[in-house]
Amino acid sequence: MDFFREHILTIVAFWPLAGMFVLLLFNKENKTLIRGWANLVMISGFIISLPIWFWFDRDTSDQMQFVQNIPWIQTIGANYHVGIDGISMLLIMLTTLVGPLAVLSSWDAIQDRVKEYYAFMLMLQAGMLGVFISLDFFLFYVFWEVMLVPMYFLIGVWGGPRKLYAAIKFFLYTLTGSVLLLLGILALYFTYPSIAAQHPDIAAQFGMGATFDVLAFHAIAPYLAYNLQYWVFLAFFVGFAIKVPMFPFHTWLPDAHVEAPTAGSVILAAVLLKMGTYGFLRFSLPILPDGTKHFVPLMVALSIIAIVYGALVAMMQPDMKKLVAYSSVSHMGFIMLGMFALNPNGLNGSIIQQINHGISTGALFLIVGIIYERRHTREIAQMGGISNVMPVYAIIFLIMTMSSIGLPLLNGFIGEFTIVMGALQENLWWAVAAGAGIVLGAAYMLWLYQRTMLGKVENPANAKLLDLNMRELATLIPLIIVAFWIGLYPAPFFRALDKPVNKLVAKVRPDYFQGAPRLNAEIQERR
Amino acid sequence: MPQFFQMQDIGAIVPELELIVFGMFLLIFDLLVENKRRLGWLAIAGIAISGFFLFRLRSVDFSAYGGMLVLDPFAIFFKGIFLIAAALSIALSLKYLDIERENHGEYYALILFATMGMMFMAGAVDLVTLYIGLETMAISTYILVGFLRSNQKSNEASMKYFLLGAFSSGILLYGMSLLYGISGSTRFVDIAEALSRRPVTDPISLMAMITLSAGMFFKVAAVPFHQWTPDAYEGAPTSITAFMSVAVKAASFAMMVRIFMVAIYPLRPQWLPIMAAVSVLTMTMGNIAAITQSNVKRMLAYSSISHAGYILIGFIAGNDTGMTAIPLYLLIYTFTNLGAWAVIVALRRKDVIGDQIDDMAGLFFRHPTGAILMLIFLLSLAGVPPTAGFIGKYFLFAAAIETHHNVLAVIAVLNAAISIYFYFRIVVSMFMREATEKTGLLYAPGLTMTLAVATIFTLLIGIYPDPFIQLARHAVNLGF
Repeated sequence: MDFFREHILTIVAFWPLAGMFVLLLFNKENKTLIRGWANLVMISGFIISLPIWFWFDRDTSDQMQFVQNIPWIQTIGANYHVGIDGISMLLIMLTTLVGPLAVLSSWDAIQDRVKEYYAFMLMLQAGMLGVFISLDFFLFYVFWEVMLVPMYFLIGVWGGPRKLYAAIKFFLYTLTGSVLLLLGILALYFTYPSIAAQHPDIAAQFGMGATFDVLAFHAIAPYLAYNLQYWVFLAFFVGFAIKVPMFPFHTWLPDAHVEAPTAGSVILAAVLLKMGTYGFLRFSLPILPDGTKHFVPLMVALSIIAIVYGALVAMMQPDMKKLVAYSSVSHMGFIMLGMFALNPNGLNGSIIQQINHGISTGALFLIVGIIYERRHTREIAQMGGISNVMPVYAIIFLIMTMSSIGLPLLNGFIGEFTIVMGALQENLWWAVAAGAGIVLGAAYMLWLYQRTMLGKVENPANAKLLDLNMRELATLIPLIIVAFWIGLYPAPFFRALDKPVNKLVAKVRPDYFQGAPRLNAEIQERR
Repeated sequence: MPQFFQMQDIGAIVPELELIVFGMFLLIFDLLVENKRRLGWLAIAGIAISGFFLFRLRSVDFSAYGGMLVLDPFAIFFKGIFLIAAALSIALSLKYLDIERENHGEYYALILFATMGMMFMAGAVDLVTLYIGLETMAISTYILVGFLRSNQKSNEASMKYFLLGAFSSGILLYGMSLLYGISGSTRFVDIAEALSRRPVTDPISLMAMITLSAGMFFKVAAVPFHQWTPDAYEGAPTSITAFMSVAVKAASFAMMVRIFMVAIYPLRPQWLPIMAAVSVLTMTMGNIAAITQSNVKRMLAYSSISHAGYILIGFIAGNDTGMTAIPLYLLIYTFTNLGAWAVIVALRRKDVIGDQIDDMAGLFFRHPTGAILMLIFLLSLAGVPPTAGFIGKYFLFAAAIETHHNVLAVIAVLNAAISIYFYFRIVVSMFMREATEKTGLLYAPGLTMTLAVATIFTLLIGIYPDPFIQLARHAVNLGF
């Protein structure tokens, strides 16, 4: 048990990969065995990740826990260094929860090339978990890139009509971002030794030589030159903003979402996008505080554009999946706005909203996938009155719609409320823009619901649809439970976040907890 | 340093001597042996023995023949690369040559002679030794490129390669003669000393530097001297293309390191901007031209051009990281590229040429292992972790950042991103298109061996690169 406890992160992250290697041995004709095995691996992966939630010490949630640090490439100072704090803990739990649901949802939907499909899903899961546990930049980068390949194949092989275009667009966009990210990492890597040489306390803890240790970069953050922070922030920004995606870089997302198979969209929305926001939280903010503050106006502007623009575009979509995809752009704008309010409320809300977005958008993609499997179309005009034939489905859809638009009692409300509060503390207009986004969000989601679910069944094709089966229910119910849990009793989540968020704020705005000056004034002062 | 020939000087060139002797024997055996594939295995055995001698010399650091030739870690590292490349290239050609009906004993002997020439290039610290090694390699390669005697393309390629190669050798020789005129010596250290005593803007030094660079850039196929590459690579027998793209390229880079980092190092401020421009042009042109190719051989030819552009970053950085990156990248490139070429060789069957992207359509359904291996090699060429190619690119980019060549680094990484586009055209064809014809891949023991070795090292260097980095670091410890 002690062994398990000490190595839990490694075990959880490499579990799906080990399952994949076993899966490769199976005969590709035996589809049931392959499906069963993949589901078994994913569900057991979720179960073995549960101890993380219980063993995680929330009183020291700003410290890295379950740490493992093993030398890997000693010649360049890269280590296998893993560990989690409150922020990554939540994201890992989200990943291990959504992964199995996505895999379960593809039982009927994927009929050809089953073996490769599940192999790629398992590989993808391992890559995503690896990203969230890495505390070594080199290791992080390896995981970050490794998961591009399975995602490329998931879109490119099992996707819709324009899958090849969408897949290569996804790959090229994210790869371009990540190679620039690599340059940013390298710039920090080569700066470290000179700073460590001047600060014996840092050198004592992390050594004199060049290192990729993220914690070492956190330690040297206050001594990084303004000019360096500026450029490295830009490099990181391109890498992470493409992933999020932030406004001018968002164009790959609707294509990827629309063409990807349901499970791919779920993973993409629920977890992959969070890797971008996680990158900002873990690297850009704490390592580059001055760079962060310098770019706050730009980041906030882009976030607000994303909120409003995403919502307006979503409203005009004739395709359900595309609508949900654009709603993602809008919601990710919220998350980025909360983050760059740079106060505890904004950041707490931003992280909680990342989880919420994973839950509700993941569920919405599942819901769209279910109707697509039955009707082989996602056009809103083809639907209408479906609540008459699929009542259970309609209820679940309603819950998730409410969760997405932020109705009290459900998870979305908690996140949006906290974000707006954080934004209001900094600037009235930011909060106004966010409020407008919420209203627009309610408009397009409710309108979608009305057009598809309510009214009479006009289209004869919809007259005889089967309601949800047990498997489909099983994919949605866990998400509903979590949605209500966060909505009714979010304390366990906030308790995990409180300390890491305060630490983050103290890092970016060292005097925040003393006098709380307005952010804009602080930025002016820096200049 | 002893002025005259001594017996122990022979000891420094035992691996090379052994290759010559074996090559000669192969020519004689060619008359006696009917099954030419046996000759191939014999050649591999010869390379292995040569490798054994080289291994015994591994810790020697020795200057032979009155300082015309050295046996230092750098030379040994590169000689190792040449031997590996030669052995694997021969292994993948055994069956291929049968199919092309051109299996003759000279083929193997010529590869051995070319390899021998390369080994002298890697150890040369004197213009004369260097040039003789270079020409031994080049002339053998000209013949090998035209080895498909009944194939018009192959003949054309050989002729083009020969004419342009001879021309560039002439330019190179011109530069060398100027250097000799400046310094009165053919030894690199003397040349460096003579150059450093002249003013930096001295027109004759510049003239020598420019002609020398032009010759070198031709040999490594850097833009604007790259035009021969696609034609030569496409026309040559695929096995020879594989050999050229790794061994000949590595040898040319070994020669470049000695020339640029020792002989004309004093002119570094002058050649640096030229090198930077050439590097940027090479990687960009190589990648952009590769995008439009429909022939895999041509595409990989352009890709090899762009890889030369990346490697030039090592020279521009010129620090420890950059110098380590050059041999390391070439080692990685050897395994990766040989693997990719081996898959293309395997596509050549009796009735199919197999060098169009469309010929790879649906390869995954016909031969999953082959397709997955090709995917690994392509990812490595593109520099996606956890393959070896990423480690190589990492070192080059790191070198650029470390020496504050930030713009260069940005251009280089953007190029790496572009390259994904055309590498993945092959992937799309293999994994996402219907199979057009049913024949599987060519199977032969030698080919399998090449693929296995290439795959193992491509993944091993990607996941645990430490020992290889140490080797490369040790190799460039020349005291530049």
